Amino acid sequence: MSFFSYLINGVGLGSVYAIIALGYTMVYGIAKMLNFAHGDVIMIGAYIVFVAMTSLGIPALPSLIVAMIFCLVLGVVIEKVAYRPLRNAASKLAVLITAIGVSYLLQNIALLVFGPNPKSFSNIVKLPPVSIGGINISSTTLVTIAASVVIMLVLTFFVKKTKPGQAMQAVSEDRGAAGLMGINVNGTISLTFAIGSALAAVAGALMCSSYPILDPYTGSMPGIKAFVAAVFGGIGSIPGAMIGGILLGIIENLSKAYISSQIADAIVFAVLIIVLLVRPAGLFGKNVQEKV
Amino acid sequence: MAMLEVENLEVNYGVIKALKGISFTVEEGEIIALIGANGAGKTTTLHTISGLLSPHAGSIRFMDKEISRVPSHKIVGMGIAQVPEGRRIFANLSVYNNLRMGAYTRKDKEEFERNLETVYASFPILKERREQMGGTLSGGEQQMLAMGRALMSSPRLMIMDEPSMGLSPIYVNEIFAIIKKVNEQGVTVLLVEQNAKKALSIADRAYVLETGNIVLTGKASDLLEDERIKKAYLGE
Repeated sequence: MSFFSYLINGVGLGSVYAIIALGYTMVYGIAKMLNFAHGDVIMIGAYIVFVAMTSLGIPALPSLIVAMIFCLVLGVVIEKVAYRPLRNAASKLAVLITAIGVSYLLQNIALLVFGPNPKSFSNIVKLPPVSIGGINISSTTLVTIAASVVIMLVLTFFVKKTKPGQAMQAVSEDRGAAGLMGINVNGTISLTFAIGSALAAVAGALMCSSYPILDPYTGSMPGIKAFVAAVFGGIGSIPGAMIGGILLGIIENLSKAYISSQIADAIVFAVLIIVLLVRPAGLFGKNVQEKV
Repeated sequence: MAMLEVENLEVNYGVIKALKGISFTVEEGEIIALIGANGAGKTTTLHTISGLLSPHAGSIRFMDKEISRVPSHKIVGMGIAQVPEGRRIFANLSVYNNLRMGAYTRKDKEEFERNLETVYASFPILKERREQMGGTLSGGEQQMLAMGRALMSSPRLMIMDEPSMGLSPIYVNEIFAIIKKVNEQGVTVLLVEQNAKKALSIADRAYVLETGNIVLTGKASDLLEDERIKKAYLGE
């Protein structure tokens, strides 16, 4: 394989990280919490697509829509049942630990329902590879990249131009003041979880289309890497999550190709540490302004 | 019937009784000042009216409707806007978008344009700086933005928490002149202020709060002359 194909596969993998990181970063930006269960929602989403396609024989796109709706509801329920009661808790650690608990809960539910044996996921993109300049690129990779770009653009438009998007920005800046404007803060946070979790289903389906092994722990490592991507790009920033995700994918894939596939993850995390030493707020992170 | 009727309002923070059964009224068209020292319960009173806190006992009626259990995001739609202590503007949103947030509960596009024009007329500096981020404004300008933002919701009652806090004397005078003007345009004002002299000079009536109780009330002009007030709050 040539450098170019390693690169494009890296961008493809990075696009998956980007979609997951968008969910992480939005929830962090608006609810001010790290939802460590986000990666496991991806896994649940992939299982729903798998069951819909393989066991029920539903075509790929409707299966994906079913999974998105399922994860959307799942995300909203998790927030309402597990996180909301702790929102005003004295310690921010409480909700963080709960998120880790929810992560294990989802993994164990998947273990119970689907069993420990890995499933072989069938690709949702049923298109032939595309040849660019003599190099064959899988259409799954191209669809993944396109999906991440479209999702980022739509989210940016949504946050900047629509009323619920503006409400998200207001809640992210000052929850109390947002409430005084007549913004339903709980509703806005629910909406954020709904969007992030629906995106997780998309990420799960696309990821398992490229890397077709699905088990209850499938979401765990990509979840952590997407978190790295979000921090890398500047947590809370939508373009930051996107760029962070793609850079991470490229670094990981090139490390696998040219250095060692065994220490690729170590290299990814080393890069994160270096970036944070140089720019503690991440590439696109805002310097936190103190209010007068 | 008064516009706002607060009756025997009690609010607790855990075991601490912040309000011990206060009662007061605000008539339509008035400027009412709540004055008192730190910790007297002024902000607690405003937050309870705005729905940010739930009372332990007592009632709050606005336009003859019980609102003491209504959540904060619904209070604005009923016609009560709060200008919070410390202004709490959205630093990373433009001045224009801050004003848009103020009109969040208003669906009518024409009403929005009309309010925007009124606000720009009252605060020309906001029109000049409409594209600037809220955080780049000076303290006095931020106070104007916070007031403008509250007025965007077409309130019947505007409640203001320490509008003079941290402002230079010039801005303090300007802000109080604007409060007076806003009131003349038909908005009833409930004002909490540590600067008792200023507050009493524009208010119609005032209530004096001390550790969760109302200890004194009367016409603002009378209170300005009251010996106890002079001693405790006017530093004379």
